[in-house]
Amino acid sequence: MSTTAEHTHDEAAHDHDGHEAHDHDHPTDGYFVKTAIILAIVTALETTTYWWEGWFGEDVARFATPSLLIMMAIKFFMILLVFMHLKFDHKLFSLMFYIGLVLAIGVYMVALFTFKFFAS
Amino acid sequence: MADTAVHTADHGAHGAHVTSTGLSNNKLAMWMFLGSECLLFGGLISTYMLYRGRHGSGPGPNQIFDIPLTSVSSFVLLMSSLTMVLAVNSAKRHDDRGTNLWLVATGLLGTVFIGGQVYEFTTFYNEGLGFTTSLFGSSFYTLTGFHGVHVTVGIVMLLSLVGIINRSRIPGDKAEVVEMIGLYWHFVDVVWVVIFTLVYLIPA
Repeated sequence: MSTTAEHTHDEAAHDHDGHEAHDHDHPTDGYFVKTAIILAIVTALETTTYWWEGWFGEDVARFATPSLLIMMAIKFFMILLVFMHLKFDHKLFSLMFYIGLVLAIGVYMVALFTFKFFAS
Repeated sequence: MADTAVHTADHGAHGAHVTSTGLSNNKLAMWMFLGSECLLFGGLISTYMLYRGRHGSGPGPNQIFDIPLTSVSSFVLLMSSLTMVLAVNSAKRHDDRGTNLWLVATGLLGTVFIGGQVYEFTTFYNEGLGFTTSLFGSSFYTLTGFHGVHVTVGIVMLLSLVGIINRSRIPGDKAEVVEMIGLYWHFVDVVWVVIFTLVYLIPA
């Protein structure tokens, strides 16, 4: 999933103001297929946590929630960076999205703390 | 007047408009829209998290969720993101046939996901979880229903795009139009990644 040699298909990506247009630089189909395979494997791993308690007992099952949160974050950023091209696009696009994302996480974490969600 | 405007209707070699940032304003607006959608879904998800234990005498999440079924739905939606990104790549290669093929495949996978959600809602309703049964039921149906509506809107956009491409009605950069609808579709997938973990997999 990581070879930069796969990032081909340049389309004379220069705009009319002299800025470099990063949004024309995109990876090959094979790169996306490899990413999808990794996402599918992580999804399968996520699903197995449902049966961890029965398979491994309570000692292992208590790690299910942190494991799920980590796997969720991996999938979230893989889709965002690779499928949605944020890794290859101009930073301004990332900024537009991350402003909303950080604001949402901040506001709703405060709301959850206010309602003592994490205390219960 | 025409030569002073930064945002002119002057098209470049790839049909792109000249802008002050050198970036597509349409794409920038789409990313702003997706950022604002984070706030919408953040509100719905946190409301669900607060109310998921409030099911009273009605069925609760641990009694009602069918994890294997939802896992298959999640996998289907994930694969639709792959077909969508392949459609974008085909559009960038100016391969209309490939673009249409992958767009239709994405729409079909989205339809399968919605079919799974309809089946799930019907099953839950028959098991006694209505919209007004409990706070858990209301927040669950609102969250997943909103997501389902987003997927449905995405399917309509995908199939409309296929029709528009077939009639050659897209002025300017066709690949950018496909990419923007792709961004919306991937966002819907990203939201489901969060819902699948926080709503279905983490025990209440």
